[in-house]
Amino acid sequence: MTDAALAPARDPAAETLRRFARLRLWIFGIPALILAYLVYVFFAFEGPRLIAEADGENGRILLADMVSYKVHVTRDHRDGSVEIAMEGERKGRYPEGEAPDWVSLSPGETVVQLRDGHVVTLIGEAETRFEVPGYGTITAIASRSGGVETTYPEGPLPDWINASGNRVSITTDAGRLIITRSATTVMRYFPGWELFFFTLDSPYQGLGPGELLSRAAGGEAAAIWQGFWRNDMWRHREVAWAIFETILMAFIGTFGAALIALVTAFFAARTFTRFALVRQVFRRLHDFLRGVDGLIWTVVLSRAYGPGPLTGALAMMLTEIGTFGKLFSETLENVDQKQIEGVRSTGAGALTRARFGVIPQVMPVFLSQILYSFESNTRSATVIGAITGGGIGLLLTQAIITQKDWEEVTYYIILTVLMVFAMDALSGWARRKLIKGS
Amino acid sequence: MADIPLSPAARTADPAEGYLELVRTRRLWNGVGVLLFAIFMVSAFLTANGRNAGGFWNGLPNVFDFPADVVSEAWDKAALLPGLLWQFLPSLIETVNIAAAATLIGALVGAVLALLVTRGLAPAPRAVGVIRRLLDILRAVPDVVIALVLIFVIGGGPVPAMIAIALHTVGAMGKLFSEVAENASLGPVEGLRSVGATWSQRMILGVIPQVAPNWVSYGLLRFEINIRASAILGFVGAGGIGYDLRNAMSWGPGRFDEAAAIFLLLFATIVTVDQIGGAIRQRLTRGAAL
Repeated sequence: MTDAALAPARDPAAETLRRFARLRLWIFGIPALILAYLVYVFFAFEGPRLIAEADGENGRILLADMVSYKVHVTRDHRDGSVEIAMEGERKGRYPEGEAPDWVSLSPGETVVQLRDGHVVTLIGEAETRFEVPGYGTITAIASRSGGVETTYPEGPLPDWINASGNRVSITTDAGRLIITRSATTVMRYFPGWELFFFTLDSPYQGLGPGELLSRAAGGEAAAIWQGFWRNDMWRHREVAWAIFETILMAFIGTFGAALIALVTAFFAARTFTRFALVRQVFRRLHDFLRGVDGLIWTVVLSRAYGPGPLTGALAMMLTEIGTFGKLFSETLENVDQKQIEGVRSTGAGALTRARFGVIPQVMPVFLSQILYSFESNTRSATVIGAITGGGIGLLLTQAIITQKDWEEVTYYIILTVLMVFAMDALSGWARRKLIKGS
Repeated sequence: MADIPLSPAARTADPAEGYLELVRTRRLWNGVGVLLFAIFMVSAFLTANGRNAGGFWNGLPNVFDFPADVVSEAWDKAALLPGLLWQFLPSLIETVNIAAAATLIGALVGAVLALLVTRGLAPAPRAVGVIRRLLDILRAVPDVVIALVLIFVIGGGPVPAMIAIALHTVGAMGKLFSEVAENASLGPVEGLRSVGATWSQRMILGVIPQVAPNWVSYGLLRFEINIRASAILGFVGAGGIGYDLRNAMSWGPGRFDEAAAIFLLLFATIVTVDQIGGAIRQRLTRGAAL
């Protein structure tokens, strides 16, 4: 009989080996699955096409523009008038008749010296000559009817010249030349961020920090500050407002949601709401608010409220009510009942019990969660701002969509990162303070 | 010796008096805190309200107009709805693929970086500070920024969104994974070291098996977050269902049935992924086998 009872027991060695085999299957199977999935995604996202079409042109422009600025010399083909402006912007324009020393203005001819012996000469109303050392001289005549007619030196067209009937673009290390039917633009690059502190019309443009300090000490501090603060090109005042607006959105979204969820969580917690129906209603409400994504709330609310920080704040608030409601109600279900019993024994009503029996227990946990969300919501506010049109998110998307002021984009990105770091430090500091029990 | 004054409260004859005084001061401070918070909150709300295109109270009656329009249009064209759902399914799959690929790539890179910065496991302790700052920066840059810049550099489509979300995921996972790995027992690592295992062998055989359940759990949570992020980035121009939603919205009334279909798909996906992810996470953290 004992033999029969033992018979079903399998050979332990074989059993172990079988388990090893199964484990091995998992260990090699999972990476293989991940790899297979990534290969599938590569083709689903048209990876081969992207690689084939990849060209670093835009990337190079972006990197160069991030740390440098360009000065445009633009000639209008209608009347041959020449205009010199930083980044081609109206606010960065040189006064009529004035020019930097690498441009010589004379009636009917403008000579632009680029680096390394590259020279562009703008002749008359629509004729252009570009001398490129090591290649030759390019001449072009533009007209409204005939487009741009260009003559190149002998030989095949190099890949830094991009020409069609209506537009010629020549990109060299020394600068760029773009000729269209209506205008010729020469761009020369310089390192740094132009006019970051003061615009050309400010009397303080071009002064060194020492000079500025001594003038500030001499009673011009307010004027100097105004010159910087109201800089039209970098718009420091608007940028500061935008950062403030973003933090404002996060603040209202997080703390407003926390206030509302503090109430609704009691109705969703098993320990405080005996009626299963009420509880279910509130739980499903939280699930719904969380499940309808912030994107949908943003879209829905922007129909009613239009663009602005309030729309973003309310959208964030709705999603966060769902998240906080769930988190808070879970915390509330785990509170110690003894403290509540103690308060109840004095004859306290439900509100007093909640105030003195529950809140002191859960407040540190809640506050910690709220502060944690506050930091991540600052980041979300940037994204929501890009959709609803408020805060630094809006400035960023606008600057990126124009695709030319990459140094401004860099400036905004740096400020955004600093803002997130600051909020992170602030919320971390407050949480540590809270845990220590101030 | 007995009458060394400890505090003003201890000196009073009646201990209850001292206690009540303590309570009064605390209440006062709490009251000041609450009042300050209330002032902050109200002024923040008023400022935001003032800078918004439409005011809160004026817009309030209109909040339900748009959902009502969407629902009524979808109701009128209910017969078309299944077709629309089918039509937008590929975009939805793209959105989910963006999130999944970004989560996978981000978690894999994040795992390696996490092990490089974990105390006791880091092979090059000097590099720890640098990599940690790198992770901080990756977490701090909003994904929309990276996505928009990449759209300029490599063109529209799902890839910029995927890279942007993956970079953010690297930062987030690197930090969380390293916190988990810090609590791993060093016993297996020491054992492997004593038989001459290399750093990568020690990590794969000694650390990963210990932390895998928690890591997978965090990874799933990140996947849920990334699906939302991927939908939002689509709205900014990076493909997927968000992009379709923006187009449907820009057509205005008359085409809201499309918006309704997209809302439904998005809602269903988010809820499904949350539910499945939640169930798996609960099993993982409770220690049950997958």
